[in-house]
Amino acid sequence: MRFTGPAMRDRDLRHQAAAAPTTAPVLQVHDLKKHFVIRKGILRRNFGHVLAVDGVSFSIVRGETLGLVGESGCGKSTVGRAVLRLIEPTAGRIELEGHDITRLGKSQLRPYRRQMQIIFQDPFSSLDPRMRAGDIVGEPLRVHRVARRKERSARVAELFDRVGLRRAQMSNYPHQFSGGQRQRIGIARALALSPKLIVADEPVSSLDVSIQAQVLNLMIDLQRELGLAYLFISHNLAVVEHISQRIAVMYLGRIVEYTDKRSLFTSPLHPYTELLLSAVPVPDPAVKRQKRVLQGDVPSPVNPPSGCHFHTRCPYNIELCRMQTPALREVRPGHWAACHLRN
Amino acid sequence: MIGADQSPLPGAPATPIAADAAPPALLAVNGLQTIFETRDGVFKAVDGVTFSVQPRETLAIVGESGCGKTVTALSLMRLVPDPPGRIVGGSVELNGIDLLGLSEQAMQRLRGKEISMIFQEPMTSLNPVMTIGKQIAEALLLHERLSRSAAQRKAIDMLRLVRIPEPEQRAGEYPHQLSGGMRQRAMIAIALACNPKVLIADEPTTALDVTVQAQILDIIIELQRKLGTAVILITHDLGVVAETAQRVIVMYAGRKVEEASVDELFARPLHPYTRGLLASIPRLSLMRGVVTRGDERLVEIPGMVPALTNLPSGCVFAPRCAFADDRCRRQYPTYEEKQPAHWAACWRSDALYGAGHA
Repeated sequence: MRFTGPAMRDRDLRHQAAAAPTTAPVLQVHDLKKHFVIRKGILRRNFGHVLAVDGVSFSIVRGETLGLVGESGCGKSTVGRAVLRLIEPTAGRIELEGHDITRLGKSQLRPYRRQMQIIFQDPFSSLDPRMRAGDIVGEPLRVHRVARRKERSARVAELFDRVGLRRAQMSNYPHQFSGGQRQRIGIARALALSPKLIVADEPVSSLDVSIQAQVLNLMIDLQRELGLAYLFISHNLAVVEHISQRIAVMYLGRIVEYTDKRSLFTSPLHPYTELLLSAVPVPDPAVKRQKRVLQGDVPSPVNPPSGCHFHTRCPYNIELCRMQTPALREVRPGHWAACHLRN
Repeated sequence: MIGADQSPLPGAPATPIAADAAPPALLAVNGLQTIFETRDGVFKAVDGVTFSVQPRETLAIVGESGCGKTVTALSLMRLVPDPPGRIVGGSVELNGIDLLGLSEQAMQRLRGKEISMIFQEPMTSLNPVMTIGKQIAEALLLHERLSRSAAQRKAIDMLRLVRIPEPEQRAGEYPHQLSGGMRQRAMIAIALACNPKVLIADEPTTALDVTVQAQILDIIIELQRKLGTAVILITHDLGVVAETAQRVIVMYAGRKVEEASVDELFARPLHPYTRGLLASIPRLSLMRGVVTRGDERLVEIPGMVPALTNLPSGCVFAPRCAFADDRCRRQYPTYEEKQPAHWAACWRSDALYGAGHA
């Protein structure tokens, strides 16, 4: 999936045209790469690279949710962080509303930071235990100097209302809140600067099922109301199916399938997606499925398999899969897959 | 599948038990009560829980965090940290022997031999400075009359049984050298080494990826069939329940609120909490070919699980229940058989979902 050359860009554009005929994308990512250097020994010598993200491209329009799914270690969180420039991408281009922000310096980046925010997985470690909830939510306003103290507390109160917390709770500390409420604080903080894009990294994974529904519903309501674009990162396919309009499936640093959710869940094109879907337990004992269990573990990204990264676990692999990396191609209109067997 | 060339482990019943002759319960838990004494007061983590498990059966215990499912499991194993925890009532009979009346030494002889447990995070329950092979052999040497070398050989057999590739080599490795899925397999190998009658699996796949989860559940089910083990599966994942268990218990705030066969519980849940749980999960409807508008909201259960130190009077679920009336707020509902082999603790279930209602 090397997204280089004009041909690729061309197809990219066509894809966006199909997905959203009128609106320009809020976020556009082209051939994003993030390589981590492994250092070992007392001299911290360069030992090799982890290709955590190895050429990933996608786009999200206003009011849309793109689900980014994959198993642990596939690079999905790294994508989320690189998009926000929380970690520096090694290569590629990130455009926020058409502005290239990939190489902007700290101060140049500042106005763009306001437009993109993140919600973390663990609402216990992502809130400063010594700050009051109101100050946590108001901090982005203070840092970006967008409101004086008085306006700030009015805005924070408004945000508390919006995410379903009581204003009286503004003076409480994080430990006084339950997991679901803390996640609401995290969402309020992300909303403080009225961003266009929110990267949500496993936002409901650590919550109980009944609370998970509350938080997902809140995120959907906010999106409709404010036209937010979400990059929703999750390993939970059922949650992703529920919240996303389009989905990208990642495996070892690469996107292997990318399409709207109906196509993905009804007619997956990549063997990995197929097996991933087959592995999800369905909460309905009346459904007796022919289960096909995918053998083996996800290989280490330090030393990924040659050719198609999935060939070591793929039941259909042929000679070519070991030799050559399959490109992410538009196999059907609006449905992209990186598999030699779909050529 | 395990290859046919492997002989079944000793102790496995040669013939399956006839389905129609109701066998005596292998494990019978009666009125179990476990309390925790803390500075904030005494609270009942498990409050009068009763259930039984048949040989070869999988019983799922479902509930959200803090509902008492793990404390129930630890009580069965007599592993509740004391202090602050203490089992203050009830009985746990395994083949007619009350585990709660045994001395600690007698219990140690049963633990791992007759009743075993696997945990959510295998990394914290495996010994980091001991090879996997040694850890399995340790369980065998403790409970079986085996020589060291025979135990080591059996350990390798166990690793093969849980489908760890290159078992001879893996037996010499330490937990940190294995992936999460491998570690959980090693954990299962340890737990099943002495062929226990009951295996308690506490969220065995929660920390794993879905593809690995499917492998682990597969192994548990297969070994259960092969060895005749009864499994108590503790989980919050209703998908896992639907695909692996035969019977389900739903717990809420330390008590059992509903119990039925898996098919019955998913088709006709009788407790509003169970209904809420089932409605609040995304259902993968597209994949199952169900036509949806695509913008359905999930059903929320308002509020959250109450703190055990501050339980409401009457039905504990009443503050979150849309159907609660005065009686619910006053009096805890009787746990009774509402339909054949289907129990629930709800005053309103007959009116809400009684006979004729689906």
